[in-house]
Amino acid sequence: MAATTVPENTTKRHAGRQAGPDRRATGRGPSRKVAANLQAYGFLVGAVLCFLAFSWYPMVREFIMSFQEKKRGVTSWVGMKNLDRVYHDPFFWTAWKNTAEYTGYALVIGFALPFFVAIILNELRHAQAYLRILVYLPVMLPPVAGGLLFKYFYDPDYGLFDHILKTLHLPQSQWLDSSHTAMISVVLAATWMSMGSATLIYLAALQNIPGELYEAADLDGAGLWSKIWHVTIPQTRMVLSLMLLLQIVATMQEFTNVFVLAGGNGPENSTMTVVYMIYQYGFRYNNLGSAAALGLFLLLVLIAFSGVYTRLSRNSDQDG
Amino acid sequence: MAATLSSPQTRTLISTATLSRRKGRITYRIVLTLVVVVFTLVFLGPLYWMVTGGFKSASEVVANPPTYIPKHPKPGNYHTAWTQLKLARLLFNTLYYAFGALAFQLVFDVAAAYAVSKLRPVFGNIILAGMLATLMIPSAVLIVPQYVTVLDLPLLHFNLIGTPWAIWLPTVANGFNIFLLKRFFDSIPNDLMHAAAIDGAGPLRTLWSIILPMSRPILGVVSIFAVVNVWKDFLWPMLVEPDPKNQPINLGINSLSQGVPENVIIAALAISAIPTLLIFLLFQRNIMSGLTAGGLKG
Repeated sequence: MAATTVPENTTKRHAGRQAGPDRRATGRGPSRKVAANLQAYGFLVGAVLCFLAFSWYPMVREFIMSFQEKKRGVTSWVGMKNLDRVYHDPFFWTAWKNTAEYTGYALVIGFALPFFVAIILNELRHAQAYLRILVYLPVMLPPVAGGLLFKYFYDPDYGLFDHILKTLHLPQSQWLDSSHTAMISVVLAATWMSMGSATLIYLAALQNIPGELYEAADLDGAGLWSKIWHVTIPQTRMVLSLMLLLQIVATMQEFTNVFVLAGGNGPENSTMTVVYMIYQYGFRYNNLGSAAALGLFLLLVLIAFSGVYTRLSRNSDQDG
Repeated sequence: MAATLSSPQTRTLISTATLSRRKGRITYRIVLTLVVVVFTLVFLGPLYWMVTGGFKSASEVVANPPTYIPKHPKPGNYHTAWTQLKLARLLFNTLYYAFGALAFQLVFDVAAAYAVSKLRPVFGNIILAGMLATLMIPSAVLIVPQYVTVLDLPLLHFNLIGTPWAIWLPTVANGFNIFLLKRFFDSIPNDLMHAAAIDGAGPLRTLWSIILPMSRPILGVVSIFAVVNVWKDFLWPMLVEPDPKNQPINLGINSLSQGVPENVIIAALAISAIPTLLIFLLFQRNIMSGLTAGGLKG
């Protein structure tokens, strides 16, 4: 085993002298090993420096900044002051409630819909390529273009959506202008823009289900729903559970759509998410310490969530 | 296997036999028509509204009830949008950032993944674990300390704000790239490395002439992700590129749209959508298979 894991670096210069698989057996082994290691580190150095500067060090700094304050260019330790200030911010719980609301709507609409669409597309024997391209088209728009376009559709004075509702004799909505509907309007726009990628991923998973399973279910006299419940969903469970985790973690960090569609806060702070609040602290109020402290809260919540989630899904895999 | 011979499609929820019955055929036709019509309306409708909205006059675009076809098409809106929102500049910036980021990621991340997978230096596994651990950290949490770091790079004390480096370099610190590349390199037999070594090839030569040509599929996936990520990013470029002149299109359109008439904004949105929609329609097969391959196994 060791022979395959230890790099056998024969540079051109040395090739003539020692060109056998057992070079390590020669007396020059140690220095050769050092040289090989140095060479390997040469390949690593670019990425390591970038990780160091833009990932590892900021990670440590996130913790440090949460307990520091910078006033008139002087940085000092302030203990729990930042965490305390953020926690007692009158909008702290509003932001969490809004974030949970966004994630919840995104689960009901944004998670279920692509799976449903994928099942339908998988059944159709015609127009498959056309429908697939259609679903994926919005993903290719710049996200801000999609957001601004929906903002135009949502306008209560001249927007397309209220016009459609009116034509169908349905009650009209204030969409983004009302604190009751602003968040769900953002989620609807976000789903339209991004459901294409999830749909294609589910579609690929559905196509990997062995047809024999459905045939066996047919022989047992299973109906359509029972086939979906007992064959389709269990067979795609790995993908579904992974996508669910990724989606929740992503929607808990929502910023762009809320910012573009609802100007961040939204009516009566109804769309202010945690990440928007971080942005506000850091780059509107210029209070980077408190922004970092709020980030720490978010980090703890997301790590706790991912930990519990992976444990639960691992247990259910063992049961299944 | 007789069933698969009669139909080109693998067996799905509904059997071919059910579909070939009269009732099944009619239901299928109805569902198919419904799906095609609804999908066209939902996904193509907004795009139609965007393109035609760009042709409407300032009063027509905000008219209630709205018009389905522009009454007096004004192609001039597109010209106004192009010049007033400096779209050429924004599109150039986007390409510059996206392909710069792609180049840095391909060089540094491929080299690093190659080192931890094939060259295996001492502590290589610890470095790899450190890189993969960053996948656990939500990116929004790191925005603030990253911003402070870019403002004053440790030890070197460079301020990268407003330079393309602030967008390019952080993209290299991408644990997912390392994961994808390393796993692919692991699947390449070490015997090939030995054979190359016996022929006198150094590690760089081996990477270039043996590993990379075999890794085209994964390089494609990483490249698509690299370009798409830069192109979709919003908050980070907003912080590090405060000057609208230097912003990528996804951000610049939002920054520059203040005080611009609605019809010109919509024309600008339509223009901003054209390049990627074109690329997508040309390469849709590769893009769609690449995205599902990368996403599925992640």
